[in-house]
Amino acid sequence: MRKILLEGLLRRPLTEPPPAAADAETAELSLRLKQGIDRVFGGSLAIRLVDAGSCNGCELEIHALNNPFYDLERFGLKFVASPRHADVLLVTGPVTRNMREALERTHAATPSPKWVVAAGACALDGGLYAGGHACVGGVSEVIPVDLHIPGCPPTPTMLLRGLLALMAACDGRR
Amino acid sequence: MTNATPILGAFPAAPDHMPWPRRVVDEAIWRVLSARLSAGELSLLGLWGDAGMVHMAVLGGDPVAVTVASLACPDGHFPSVGREHPPAIRFERAIRDLFGLEASDALDRRPWLDHGVWSARTPLGRPGAPEAPTPYAFLTSVGEGLHQIPVGPVHAGIIEPGHFRFTAAGETVVRLEERLGYTHKGVEALMAGAPIDRAAMLAARCSGDSTVASSIAFARAVEAALRVAPPPRAVWLRALAAELERVANHLGDIGAICNDAAFAVMLAHCSVLRERVLRAAANCFGHRLMMDAVAPGGMSVDLAADGPKLLHELVATIRRTLPPLVELYDDTASLQDRTVGTGILKPELARQFACGGFVGRASGRSFDARRDLVYPPYDRLRFEVPVRREGDVDARVRVRIAEVEESLTMIVQILAEMPSGAVLADLPGADAPGGEGIAVVEGFRGDILAWVRLAPGGIVDRAHLRDPSWLQWPLLEAAIEGNIVADFPLCNKSFNCSYSGHDL
Repeated sequence: MRKILLEGLLRRPLTEPPPAAADAETAELSLRLKQGIDRVFGGSLAIRLVDAGSCNGCELEIHALNNPFYDLERFGLKFVASPRHADVLLVTGPVTRNMREALERTHAATPSPKWVVAAGACALDGGLYAGGHACVGGVSEVIPVDLHIPGCPPTPTMLLRGLLALMAACDGRR
Repeated sequence: MTNATPILGAFPAAPDHMPWPRRVVDEAIWRVLSARLSAGELSLLGLWGDAGMVHMAVLGGDPVAVTVASLACPDGHFPSVGREHPPAIRFERAIRDLFGLEASDALDRRPWLDHGVWSARTPLGRPGAPEAPTPYAFLTSVGEGLHQIPVGPVHAGIIEPGHFRFTAAGETVVRLEERLGYTHKGVEALMAGAPIDRAAMLAARCSGDSTVASSIAFARAVEAALRVAPPPRAVWLRALAAELERVANHLGDIGAICNDAAFAVMLAHCSVLRERVLRAAANCFGHRLMMDAVAPGGMSVDLAADGPKLLHELVATIRRTLPPLVELYDDTASLQDRTVGTGILKPELARQFACGGFVGRASGRSFDARRDLVYPPYDRLRFEVPVRREGDVDARVRVRIAEVEESLTMIVQILAEMPSGAVLADLPGADAPGGEGIAVVEGFRGDILAWVRLAPGGIVDRAHLRDPSWLQWPLLEAAIEGNIVADFPLCNKSFNCSYSGHDL
């Protein structure tokens, strides 16, 4: 144990510099964040994940954001256990009909002001699952979405870029 | 374990079903199979519906072989298997929800996947108009001082949705009842009538962490149905991708299990190793999870030119880094205090449920499709199948550590022995014949069953994918009994069943 901890102290950090925000995402944000943001976040956003029927691919990559390479918390972004503690709902999946009510209730339980980020190809429009008996098809069919991060699944870098763009947009509107 | 073939041999085999036979049986033989399952002479691999018919895949014999039995249900009923053999109960509930075929004398008649909010009832049978949802009747527990703890479907962590209903006496779990189906996306309904390549994309997304193994299972079933052999290099590349997937998942979960025992340093180190595997996978196959790398007919991508070098470096890194972490796990008494003796799955239950993967192997069930239903290139690879009998969280962790080491030796063997050449065989297009195929592939969680019936012209008529979780989820309910509520995350993570793969 001591050896492992000591090595951790002596080695250079694995954490990598943040990616630059993509212009397209920033543009999408400024378009969608029309409502005035009157709350100052103090450089910190709390995120609650809702899996609305994903294949778990998105969750694996969201998990990776917490590993030492990406170290999400250095940006003031952190995942919280309850929607009542959250500023942002990060929603994945094609919104199965079986999850629709849970998603609506989680959204209702999140205090305003709040933002919704839909992550992954399914969350945009249902993806491969659109049109079946079991899926609503797209998060925006159920709750208003502020930002969409594409990818199947989005890589941790894409997720990070999207979330940082959201932070920048919130900051700009302060 | 006796073979199913003697009892089924008298029944005609479906002509186009490959590689194992499918026989259409009558009700009497169906009941005999249920009794043999119940007696432990056969293992249930899968039970699934079809238009006016149910199919059952059983495993038996020495050496083990797979047999599929099919029973026509012209009046929409079939004799319940679950009445004799409890592992079949959830399959039967799902068959009723999806096909409207009823297990006539079933003990549990509650819906399973259908929560009453789909756009149609029995979507794969004769679709009916939706009915108003009725409240789900959880099983009751009676006793003094019992209280219930409902958890989910939205959980506190970054995990998939499902509902757990705990009944506890103080801190001790008296009963856990799972309610799943929240991530039901209608995959099998979407596959019916889809071209093979679209169905393969759906198969690759049954469970994101098992995308390679599910894709291989589906591809092998399609290839069996079409009598197409993938090029030799593709077969080796599939195994390379499958072992990378296994290593990535095991490493991530070993860390996560320790984290659920509040030992975060293991999570940090294991997540670094997992990330290195995913980055190597992205460099080798163009996608971190290697999604859609496997295609019916072979591989959609060849290994990148610098792939062998990157993978040798990766193997060296893991071999250097993992042993000190295992030593740390061994030397930390507070961690062992949480994992040893916690969440014990009894070997009898693992055997009864034909529980696959590390969950079964940590409870004494020595089964691995790579060895026991061998498919290439595993017939050319040297590997051990680690088995323990303790059945606790610790045994599951140790089996997974041993499996990482086995997979690393396999990766080295594959890199040394892999042939060169093409990676994708052409599938017959518009003139493709119909046919049926079945495959069993060892994913990181256990054996994945894939069954397809192709219509002429390269269209999927019906496909069924049975995730290993179907036979593991019920056992989690048994393993947690008598443990404290606070140890549930630890037990749950040590099983790591798939929600999406199960709900489909």
